[in-house]
Amino acid sequence: MPPLKIRVAVAALAVLTSVASARAQSAYGIGRAATPAEIAGWNIDIGRDGSGLPPGSGTVAHGREVFAQQCAACHGEKGEGGIGDKLAGGQGTIATAKPVRTVGSYWPYAPTLFDYIRRAMPQNAPQSLSNEDVYAVSAYVLNLNGLQSADATLDAKTLAAIKMPNRDKFVGDPRPDVKNPACTSGC
Amino acid sequence: MTRPTDADNGPAVTSRRRFLRDGAVIGGAVVAGGLGAGEARAADADNLPPNVPEWMKTPGDATGSQLYGTPSPFEKNVVKNIPKNLKQYLSASGRTPLQDLDGIITPNGLFYERHHGGVPTIDPAQHRLMLHGLVDRPMIFTMDDLRRFPSESRIHFLECSGNPAYTKPFGKTASDLVGLLSCAEWTGVSLKLVLQEAGLQQAAKWVVAEGADAAALTRSVPIEKCLDDAMLVYSQNGERLRPQQGYPLRLLLPGFEGNMNVKWLRRLHVTAEPAYSREETSKYTDLMPDGTAREFTFTMETKSIITRPSGGQRLTAQGFHEISGIAWSGHGKIKRVDVSVDDGKSWQEAQLQEPILTRALTRFRLLWRWDGQPAVIQSRAIDETGYVQPTLAELLAVRGENSFYHNNAIWPWRIASDGEVTNAAA
Repeated sequence: MPPLKIRVAVAALAVLTSVASARAQSAYGIGRAATPAEIAGWNIDIGRDGSGLPPGSGTVAHGREVFAQQCAACHGEKGEGGIGDKLAGGQGTIATAKPVRTVGSYWPYAPTLFDYIRRAMPQNAPQSLSNEDVYAVSAYVLNLNGLQSADATLDAKTLAAIKMPNRDKFVGDPRPDVKNPACTSGC
Repeated sequence: MTRPTDADNGPAVTSRRRFLRDGAVIGGAVVAGGLGAGEARAADADNLPPNVPEWMKTPGDATGSQLYGTPSPFEKNVVKNIPKNLKQYLSASGRTPLQDLDGIITPNGLFYERHHGGVPTIDPAQHRLMLHGLVDRPMIFTMDDLRRFPSESRIHFLECSGNPAYTKPFGKTASDLVGLLSCAEWTGVSLKLVLQEAGLQQAAKWVVAEGADAAALTRSVPIEKCLDDAMLVYSQNGERLRPQQGYPLRLLLPGFEGNMNVKWLRRLHVTAEPAYSREETSKYTDLMPDGTAREFTFTMETKSIITRPSGGQRLTAQGFHEISGIAWSGHGKIKRVDVSVDDGKSWQEAQLQEPILTRALTRFRLLWRWDGQPAVIQSRAIDETGYVQPTLAELLAVRGENSFYHNNAIWPWRIASDGEVTNAAA
């Protein structure tokens, strides 16, 4: 019997199948290292727990001003929708025959609002708002949904602390969920 | 979408109308919706036997008169199906004219498109793919770098997950209904190889892919898929990707909903958990009647549709017709397609056209004699896992009317006694 060390190593190899091969040393030597500064410039992902949220803050009041200038043309003054999605209202409708899906009624995580506004809005000039303005607009949209008071200020900590009303309503994929018996005659 | 039949003037229209009115039978089975304009004008007797057609009496266009070839002018109406009067066209979609195509490969110019912030114009020399997060060596690749990796080519379908919705109004044509579906031969590099270059860490469970478009669209992909058949794709049907398909680089996740196949791919963030991005929480989640919503519903389940004869077309003669359509499954290969020509009372097995490839369109056909009576025809696909394409009623009973995505229902076409084909569920 081989020494314990080797037996352990062999067992570990057996456990790590395809994932292990993807962890090997680089095989082709293609590409170059990304620097921390390059990554910091491009990585704009915000986790659902608020990880990645930048420093800074914004008030509901300032958000109302930015929203009027940058967002209201498509989403309506109060987020009632237009060319763009309806952003407010709809709470209590999700389990009815006519669900109204908005930030307040449907979105599970508040930090996603910051992530999406910063990366994709306004549609005619994405990634043009300052982080402060994105906090402020996020605060205003949450205020329109009754999830922040009119005098609130949002920052990384307070945004991550918000529990969205619909958060616990998301479930995994249970499919296949429908069974067709595949009748061939006399159906 | 209809072909230029009755819209054309001249003797062809008159004679065709007379033909339809009199119920005369000309040899052979004809589907009017599948006619090219040239055929519609076929009654121009000067070019018919016994006369010599005009295009034989003079030389044609010079060689190379088209540096990038385009279809015959008589096929000018075979184009993408763009919905009219949308509120805006930056986040919108255009459909493949499935009812006008044969075989399983979608021409690049007719490939369906769905964008969330318009179509960017990207100089490949200035495009970069960043790979970072839970990797030993964060990396940046140029397009030249990516083309140095071993390449592979595979044929796979792509389908938008909202194709179609579960509620009326349902579309008139196959394209209106399920035209957010196309199939191509893709060339690129295995994502696994590229992840290997950076060295995946133990905690790596997801890869968040981001596009270089104005939506900076992000979707999270389970690491198992990334290490299985996922590809970084730079070519489609032999040529570089079209801008609408993500030029110069897109993610391809065979069998997964279209939105996850991130176009204009610029960044792969290896993470321990999903991003829970807007596109995988507020959109692309399937709302059930009880108020719960299914998230991370990736795989496009088995589906099929008859494309000929189909809505908007017309049978102009009794007798033999080929019923032809396409079937596909995000779970693998198509095993069987059944066709019913009696409103679902009985089903018979259709012939499958080779090749039958995993997660690709498969063409099926059934020879059918139309007796001139009203009929309802439909197809039902079964994949290699044994899963059977369901009816719309079966789907609605479980999912209700508001789940929007992943409707893979059987779709019936009604054929009237005058040969007109319409959507039987509309």
